Amino acid sequence: MQTQDIFFYVFALLTVICAVMVVANPLSRNPVTSAMFLVLTIVCMAGLFVLLHAFFLAAVQILVYAGAVMVLFLFVIMLLDLKEEERRKVKIVGAGLGTISVGAVAFLLFRIILTSSKGAANAAPQLEGSTSSLGTLLFSKYVLPFEILSLLLLVAMVGVILLSKKDLK
Amino acid sequence: MTPVGLEHFLVVSGVLFCLGLWGVIVRRNLLIMYMSLELMLNAANLALVSFSRFNNRLDGQIMVFFIITVAAAEVAVGLALIVALYRKKQTAHVEDLATMKL
Repeated sequence: MQTQDIFFYVFALLTVICAVMVVANPLSRNPVTSAMFLVLTIVCMAGLFVLLHAFFLAAVQILVYAGAVMVLFLFVIMLLDLKEEERRKVKIVGAGLGTISVGAVAFLLFRIILTSSKGAANAAPQLEGSTSSLGTLLFSKYVLPFEILSLLLLVAMVGVILLSKKDLK
Repeated sequence: MTPVGLEHFLVVSGVLFCLGLWGVIVRRNLLIMYMSLELMLNAANLALVSFSRFNNRLDGQIMVFFIITVAAAEVAVGLALIVALYRKKQTAHVEDLATMKL
């Protein structure tokens, strides 16, 4: 077994364990714990991105997700007082039905993954996700979506400012 | 054990997606539902990056770049909505928000 494979199994296991702790932490139902485990999940996933030679995306993943998005989450969690959430009981019927439906989706998903054609995709990959080639592609073929994205960010910013105003008229 | 290929990454991505879906359906706290949504988006990102790597095309990574940006915008708007809701109703629990229920 190669070193890369060992790293893959370590990172994959860590990612899945941390993701389980985000949604179903047996010890605490505090949203802060979930947010912290989500940060760990994202960092481990950046490790998987590095194994896939997507170095720029790994950096962006840590900077944007772990750095910006999760800090925003933690700010909001601490802004809201969620003490009483921990005492709530989970409704058994709803949880059971939800688990069954998610199980059905999972069954379909994994059947497709494991039975789809294997040969071509397993050829030794050549692609290097270097930042310069990514940037060239972004500013040549995808320049219009990129500009539209800036508009989307502007709209989101205006929307957030409007939503957080105290007295809307 | 077989060398790590596309399927391995897709299985991890599928597991993450299902965990996120389970969180959205079963958990009733708005913030945790939101974090589960982020988990599902990340699972899609992982699938896209691995497809991009194993098909020798960089387009998938551009798509991931766009998804990360859209997710950041979505989180900002969604959290502002949650804060506005909390200010009005003093709760972040889905079952307390039944005003529009028939």
